Amino acid sequence: MTIKTLSQHGVQRQQMPCLTKMERMIISMQDPDMGIKLRNQRLLITVIPHAMTGADIFEWLIKKFSISDEEALHIGQIFVKYGYIYPLKEPRNLILKVDNSPYRFQTPYYWMSTRWPASELDYAIYLAKKNIRKQGELIEYEKECYNALHKRINHTWDFVVMQAREQLRASKQRRKADRIVLECQEQAYWLVNRPPPGTLDNIDHGPERRTTNTRVQLNADFYKKEIEHNRISLARNRVKSSICLESYVKYCEQYQPHDPIMQGCLPSNPWITDDIMFWNMNCETVSVPTKLRVERWSFSFMELLSDPVGRKEFLTYLEKEFSAENLCFWQACEDVRHGETSKIPGKVDEVYKQFLAPGASRWVNIDSKTMEKTLEGFKRPHRFVLDDAQMHIYFLMKKDSYPRYLKSDLYKNLLARAVVPQETKKSVLPFIHRQRHSSPSPALATQAAEDDGKTKNSNSFKSNSGTASRL
Amino acid sequence: MASQEESSQPSDTLTTLKTESETLKTKLEEERAKLHDVELHQVAEKIEALGQFVIKNRRTLKGHGNKVLCMDWCKDKRRIVSSSQDGKVIVWDAFTTNKEHAVTMPCTWVMACAYAPSGCAVACGGLDNKCSVYPLSLDKNENLAAKKKSVAMHTNYLSACCFTNSDMQILTSSGDGTCALWDVESGQMLQSFHGHAADVLCLDLAPSETGNTFVSGGCDKKACVWDMRTGQCIQSFETHESDINSVRYYPSGDAFASGSDDATCRLYDLRADREVAIYSKESIIFGASSVDFSFSGRLLFGGYNDYTINVWDVLKGTRMSILFGHENRVSTLRVSPDGTAFCSGSWDNTLRIWA
Repeated sequence: MTIKTLSQHGVQRQQMPCLTKMERMIISMQDPDMGIKLRNQRLLITVIPHAMTGADIFEWLIKKFSISDEEALHIGQIFVKYGYIYPLKEPRNLILKVDNSPYRFQTPYYWMSTRWPASELDYAIYLAKKNIRKQGELIEYEKECYNALHKRINHTWDFVVMQAREQLRASKQRRKADRIVLECQEQAYWLVNRPPPGTLDNIDHGPERRTTNTRVQLNADFYKKEIEHNRISLARNRVKSSICLESYVKYCEQYQPHDPIMQGCLPSNPWITDDIMFWNMNCETVSVPTKLRVERWSFSFMELLSDPVGRKEFLTYLEKEFSAENLCFWQACEDVRHGETSKIPGKVDEVYKQFLAPGASRWVNIDSKTMEKTLEGFKRPHRFVLDDAQMHIYFLMKKDSYPRYLKSDLYKNLLARAVVPQETKKSVLPFIHRQRHSSPSPALATQAAEDDGKTKNSNSFKSNSGTASRL
Repeated sequence: MASQEESSQPSDTLTTLKTESETLKTKLEEERAKLHDVELHQVAEKIEALGQFVIKNRRTLKGHGNKVLCMDWCKDKRRIVSSSQDGKVIVWDAFTTNKEHAVTMPCTWVMACAYAPSGCAVACGGLDNKCSVYPLSLDKNENLAAKKKSVAMHTNYLSACCFTNSDMQILTSSGDGTCALWDVESGQMLQSFHGHAADVLCLDLAPSETGNTFVSGGCDKKACVWDMRTGQCIQSFETHESDINSVRYYPSGDAFASGSDDATCRLYDLRADREVAIYSKESIIFGASSVDFSFSGRLLFGGYNDYTINVWDVLKGTRMSILFGHENRVSTLRVSPDGTAFCSGSWDNTLRIWA
């Protein structure tokens, strides 16, 4: 019909998977047995064959995919928006109406995957046809496009007009019904590919991916590295699926009571009731933690350590056991690992003096092999130099002190004293909002501290706020 | 090991290498299949089905003049930072919906933003190929842009960034096919991660005890797990059929989920070393742009390019519900630190809080 557009780099990469899927669905919608029943539709005085109603589409989608009304409407809308189905009445309004409104399937010739990007030349010819056919038929934005194109591809304008006339002549020789159908198809195509200003542009996809400049060099080195990686992966130890999957079941079960979206939270979810009591009762430092929170410390050692209140409690316990230096050492190592690079040598030095040197005031018990390796690393201290020692102490606490802490009176008493908040009911009157109170910005807290002359990263290893500095 | 003759054509050698790599990959998948003795939904049969629960749009944050591309939560559980196509980065108190800070980046398409753990700074970047850190000042007169610190430099767009456990280090992923770890103070690159064959689109830090790994996903359909200390790729998974837009660890750190343009989300177990679940539905046509788990890991929220959010039962593999509301594609989705809500950002210029 017109000059063929290249579909080499046709549709942008990101679109292809969804277009393929849509087209598969469209084809099944047209299946003679299982598809939508098509019939003739009357458009004014002409009878258009192979048409269906909006309601037909809607019902077929619900039945085929066992989905809700809302979802079926949503999917139907997508097909119309992307031009796979077009309306016969009110053709400029690309929406799906769930009633008797007539619709037709777009011919594959005009599918998004076949003819994209739409060519300027084709658009010029289309607008020229409209202009010739009926003076004043072009809408405002089409007039603007037409004039702009006229300027831009002026050199081929004779060809444009000639093609337009030729196509109009050819179409006059068709049956009226065919002519109307072809016009509708073409119109639908251009509504999708040159949307009027103000409507959603389906073609907009954001910055291009896989641009040819700065692409990864798929050279010999790349493949050699990949081969090496695959070899190592082959030799890897794996765990049976049944064991791994069981652990998810356990984890989800254990944490479900703690999942506010699933089971709500007490006193109430602040986002729902506008009451921030939940956040106040669970803030970083609170004198009486909630029961759920204290329970969570028993789920894993990491849970205990990552909660500032839990860590503080654990430290108190360790002090009673005269093994507090282990936790302090662990914290000091965290500080090295996550702190400023420039401070690493100084910090490592401090750690050595306080925890590792013979006769150190807070000496930690590390096995000789690890100690040797660590001391060797001290010659050129780097961020991860304390990792082995830290892990050794971490697992020591995890296997020994942690289980005993959970059995201790200290923990049990805290658990008994822990608070179970009263449920706050949501306001009965839906439009009355509780006043939504602001909270001090974390940035403000730091600013105040800096003004007071305190430093953000405290050097004291007794700090219980961890590496995320909180004041 | 096939010996490469120096005299042979370079293209022959490349083809040989490529074939060898492919062969190994096939062998790897066979090995992985050997210990796969049960499917997730089978294990989940004995669990009770989840009852109906209501998730509604509780807040709508309006203020961006253009597509919202990325967002991140502050550790205080109510503040967020969001970035958009027009270069604006906004810090909100999502609870009150007030805007607290705004910065205009000198570039468009700010595809990545992150909140520092201390709550005192934000990092962002995009088409400028950089990641910059802005300390948050409460002085209304102070121009935040003045204190900007350029940290990361890539040779293509920045797709994602996140702070590690402190304000001092940032992990970035880029369209140049690499990820990198940076020291904020000096702007130095501490480690780089090579292995993806195309743009890296997303990353997530592991919540594990030893905290030294992260996962990335890219246009090469691969998800890779990396050792932050050595820069080595520890594991990789290549089962998606299109670009991986989003990766997120399961709360225990033993698995991660991915969202892709192939309209599926998948779950990969790190100990079993394989894909263990696919979350897809015939009626879901468009790609998932962003995924995150609920606090317990039982639910997986996926933001899709068809403007919807699908909620999946992670264990049973079924789609629990579909949320409508956005008027353009959902580009970013994160659950709040305490799991009370999740936030979605969209090309309709808004952010929504759901609970």
